[in-house]
Amino acid sequence: MTPTALDGAPQRTTGQRALRLLRDPVVLAALIAILLVVVGGVLKPGFAAPDQIVNMLRVASFLGIIAIGQTIVVLSGGEGIDLSVGVTATLGAILASRTMNGSDALLVPGVLLAIGVAALIGLANGLGIVLLRIPPFVMTLGMLGVVSGLVLVVTGGVADGRAAPALVQLVNGRDVLGIPGILLVWAVLAVLVTLMLRRTSFGAQLYAVGSSREAARLSGVPVGRTVVSAYVLSSVFAALGGIAMVGYSQQVFLSLADDLTLPSIAAVIIGGTLVSGGVGGYLGSAIGAIVLTVLTSLLTTLNMPEWARIVVQGVVLIALLAVYGRQRRLRA
Amino acid sequence: MTETKAAPTRERAPITARIARVRVASWATAALLVVAVVLAIALQPSLLSPYGIASTFATFLPLVLVAVAQAVVVIGGGLDLSAGAIVALSSVVAVQVMQGSDDRALLGFAVAIGTGLACGLVNGLIVSRLRLQPLIATFATASVFSGLALLVLPTPGGTVPAVLTGTFRQAVAGVPVSVLLVVAVALGWLVVRQLRIMRHIRATGGGPAAAFASLVPVAGAQLASYAFSGIVCGLAGLAVLGNAGSGDPFIGGDLALNSVAAVVIGGVALRGGIGSPIGAIAGAITLALASTILFAIGLPTSWRALASGLVVILALALSALGAPRRQR
Repeated sequence: MTPTALDGAPQRTTGQRALRLLRDPVVLAALIAILLVVVGGVLKPGFAAPDQIVNMLRVASFLGIIAIGQTIVVLSGGEGIDLSVGVTATLGAILASRTMNGSDALLVPGVLLAIGVAALIGLANGLGIVLLRIPPFVMTLGMLGVVSGLVLVVTGGVADGRAAPALVQLVNGRDVLGIPGILLVWAVLAVLVTLMLRRTSFGAQLYAVGSSREAARLSGVPVGRTVVSAYVLSSVFAALGGIAMVGYSQQVFLSLADDLTLPSIAAVIIGGTLVSGGVGGYLGSAIGAIVLTVLTSLLTTLNMPEWARIVVQGVVLIALLAVYGRQRRLRA
Repeated sequence: MTETKAAPTRERAPITARIARVRVASWATAALLVVAVVLAIALQPSLLSPYGIASTFATFLPLVLVAVAQAVVVIGGGLDLSAGAIVALSSVVAVQVMQGSDDRALLGFAVAIGTGLACGLVNGLIVSRLRLQPLIATFATASVFSGLALLVLPTPGGTVPAVLTGTFRQAVAGVPVSVLLVVAVALGWLVVRQLRIMRHIRATGGGPAAAFASLVPVAGAQLASYAFSGIVCGLAGLAVLGNAGSGDPFIGGDLALNSVAAVVIGGVALRGGIGSPIGAIAGAITLALASTILFAIGLPTSWRALASGLVVILALALSALGAPRRQR
């Protein structure tokens, strides 16, 4: 056990070490993101300008924040997945913007209301999965229908309410050293989440539960509570992502963030988190969100017709996954 | 040894015994279907009129077909999120090929099925040879297929040959064609389930490693399940055309996720290996009747989606609880 580790490490040449680094999905995803920006800069001058890059990162932050929750859920294992993040983000955005309605004073109550409702949605998901043992895919698929129904009930089919100026300034302004505040928020969240995953007992329990429910249970990990918390966190981060999106668009739409569900899962997988749970981290998902956003804006700036954009997006996603998202070969 | 002895006897079993073996996947599926049918008829007696039955089944048919396709893939341990996009692509390709002419209806038929098969093969190759996660791989191919559908027919339109829409609304010996088609799908399954490849698909879904060790061609079985799904989705594309009378590149929207819901309500386990497309047909009909019922009780429009979401989640929960659990 130890001998092999000791034998291998010091004798590795620089080339081998570089190759090993390249196999790391996080490094690979980051390289792909950089490559996409460079390709964009070559094809379309101005695409790689600092201003444009900040802009793309700003758009990536919504997906990135939603992907925080998706990462936690996928890490929790047991075929963990949250198909309701998109509609939950939309609902959160609608609740927040109706409450604040263009007033800074009501920003905090609006955000708190959205987070509270989202937490209830996540709680329902988690309890259904843990207590009723409904598979996560099925439970959150059902919740997707319920929450999109809630959106219609809350709005009566017409979305109104405006983002508070402070929120708009946070997302669209360039306050912190010429960088939008939302990027700072995203960075802080990324650090906090990574610390939570790596340094807290909840993080350790999450990885344990994701690797093996049975082993975790036998080691005294509160499996049920950990899984329920994962789904609550997922919905809460989804709502936060939705609120950030309202700051960007300033107005809400009935399907504001609905289409971000599958991209959030794609971001997690591109970032190297294993779908089977227990392996991975948030840094990869954040880079995955950046890769997906840069790809979309590259295809948009190239003036491709809509159909070609959709096709290329699918093909690139398959190519990305084929590089390292492959499952193990079966052996007899 | 025992297997070789048992097989011939099963082949020679009388037809009655064979039909008796066809069970709805679980008690929950059957109960939900009965409740849905009774409620729907009680609330809307006109459903039982010949026209009511014909038009109800006609609107159900696409979801029924996609649910059957989804069921085979799920039994094989996969998932097909691109089913809706395949339906859309094969229907718009068929519309463009037929151009509203009756003479080309047969060609359109073949083209729709061929398109579905091609899409299914793409999915199957990606999942079985590239070994990508089915969920995310078929999400990616869904993007490809719906992009292609937009290329083929950028905006809803085109005309479907009268022969197709006409046949769809007709009745043979008093039984509407749409009902016959649903029955035909169920009977078709009774043939398919006897095939060796279907046993391989089920074994693969039950446990790929064990199936591989037992010399089941796992990759081939996965490929076959997606190819089958593609063909059936191509047929669903034709059903959509027969229903709507024109093409629509956006038709696939909710079909994939609805078909997954139908499959689960039908008692097919998402982890693979367990269940039958017959259950999925029941699930699809239950799901479709649920929206008929919610429409009939006259809920305000803005509440209908929430009610339907709650009903679906309840049905999903019941089926997930009632579904047989795999012993470990």
